[in-house]
Amino acid sequence: MTLIQYIADNYSLILQKAGQHVVLAGIGVLIACAIGIPTGFLITNNKRASNIVINIANIFQTIPALAIFAFAMPLFGIGPKPAIFALVLYALLPIIKNTLIGINNVDPAIIEAARGMGMSKTQIMFKVEVPLAISVIMGGVRIATVTGIGIATIGAFIGAGGLGQLIFQGIGMYNYEMILAGAIFSSLLALLADFLLGIVENKLTSKGIIKRETI
Amino acid sequence: MISLRKVTKSYDNKTNVVKDLDLEIEKGELVVLVGESGCGKTTTMKMINRLIEPSGGEIYIDGKDTKTVDENELRRNIGYVIQNIGLFPHLTIEHNIATVPLLCKRDKDEVMERVRELLDLVDLPHEQYAHRFPRELSGGQQQRVGVARALANDPDIILMDEPFSALDPITREQLQNELLKLQDELQKTIVFVTHDIDEALKLGDRIAVMAEGKILQYDKPEDILKNPISDFVESFVGSDRLWKTPDMLRAEDIMSKKVVEIGSKRSVAHAIELMKEHNTSVLAVVDKVSPRPNKLLGIVGTNRLKGVTDNSVKMGDIMKTGVVEIPHDMNLTEVLGIRKDKNIQYSPVVDDDGKVIGIITNASIVNVLTDIVPETEEY
Repeated sequence: MTLIQYIADNYSLILQKAGQHVVLAGIGVLIACAIGIPTGFLITNNKRASNIVINIANIFQTIPALAIFAFAMPLFGIGPKPAIFALVLYALLPIIKNTLIGINNVDPAIIEAARGMGMSKTQIMFKVEVPLAISVIMGGVRIATVTGIGIATIGAFIGAGGLGQLIFQGIGMYNYEMILAGAIFSSLLALLADFLLGIVENKLTSKGIIKRETI
Repeated sequence: MISLRKVTKSYDNKTNVVKDLDLEIEKGELVVLVGESGCGKTTTMKMINRLIEPSGGEIYIDGKDTKTVDENELRRNIGYVIQNIGLFPHLTIEHNIATVPLLCKRDKDEVMERVRELLDLVDLPHEQYAHRFPRELSGGQQQRVGVARALANDPDIILMDEPFSALDPITREQLQNELLKLQDELQKTIVFVTHDIDEALKLGDRIAVMAEGKILQYDKPEDILKNPISDFVESFVGSDRLWKTPDMLRAEDIMSKKVVEIGSKRSVAHAIELMKEHNTSVLAVVDKVSPRPNKLLGIVGTNRLKGVTDNSVKMGDIMKTGVVEIPHDMNLTEVLGIRKDKNIQYSPVVDDDGKVIGIITNASIVNVLTDIVPETEEY
């Protein structure tokens, strides 16, 4: 009961922190998309390049979040910037990988037909490859967003704000309600984001495509 | 018209996939490139719309060097149908067909009207299929859409790369027949690639048999069957193929070319003499004095001479008249049909001017068939 009491008393603080959290994760994922999706497209036809890029992204993935924050702080100081930097690095792998898989999964016969019909490279990309790969790409974005929301929670440790702040402060103050509120709302946020992106994905995917499982 | 001149393709500057290939394709002609896999037939076809760039030589379409045309522009004016169909799964049938015309910025209403016509043409009713997605169609239906899509921009030329190979035999035959029907109607210039000689013989106005990047023989189907230029072509076509496709055998192929003529006023003794001399059992009775000399009047066989002792009997009196003249280009099936229906033993074969050029007898048919059926077994 005290948890509900806490939430009722502090809903504006929680909303504010949730807002910060969304901004942090959102910016991180958006930047990662802006870098990752075009990179994915560029390296599709180059086995060597795609191996290198995927390996680098894999390495980022293995570094613990706190360690990345530590690397980022000399560059960006404290606050949201190093947190966003870490988020971008984490989000890159699923986005690049899924873009790559999505494009590579497009049946070569379809591309050949498109070339034979006289579509230019750009037309093939936007009219054929993107629509066919979009559900797989969106799968990557969803994974990146959910992990991003999780990592943004740790961002509070270096002063990035967000719902993680409630958790860390709660731990410091032995305030279980505060800890729980932070934990519950960041989890709900992740679920909500995944749900909304799922709707977007369905809207973007043609009904003619049988949805493939994301990897 | 498509004209390939000394076209060569090499990927490593050492081995040539296609070598110094010359090929002339007339407007409105359906030309089949046929050969085993790796013979360069697909490469040759893809060089026409520059999906593959030739390493040497020139390709002209209606007198224009294709190198001077923008490749995408070139391809938009050449229909393209492939084995794996390659419909866009995310677009409805309607939009699949409309893709190229819309790329060319045609008026949308006109394009959609054209789509409706094309769907009718390939026997897929618009109301039923236009708004479906490719995966909701069977393979045969999908390839019909593939053909409709290739026709969408009303190109003069269509390239077809083994379009029916992936289909089941029944659907394949259906689509082959429909292609022939379409071609009768539309008279496009079609380059059709296949490894299936039966398909080639069925569809091609002319067939180019290819091996090792070269055209070995470029001829009408009948000529490929009857006069294969080399042992390779013969074995590729199959030496017993002609026998399996009796429609390709014409009356002139199964007739005995030995025609012994006799005037209608000649006597029986003379007839017997002629038969002995030429070792034949049948004579063509002709009118030697009429304004149209050598016009066939009737036929005299040995039976007609039997028991005739009166030497004043003339050929004109005993000959069998009203014999059915067979045009020289009638096919074997029809000839056999007529012979069976009318119970005829001797069928004179006439050329376009009505002149007798040969006689079909049971013996002549058997002779031809024994020539064709390979001597594989020893008895």
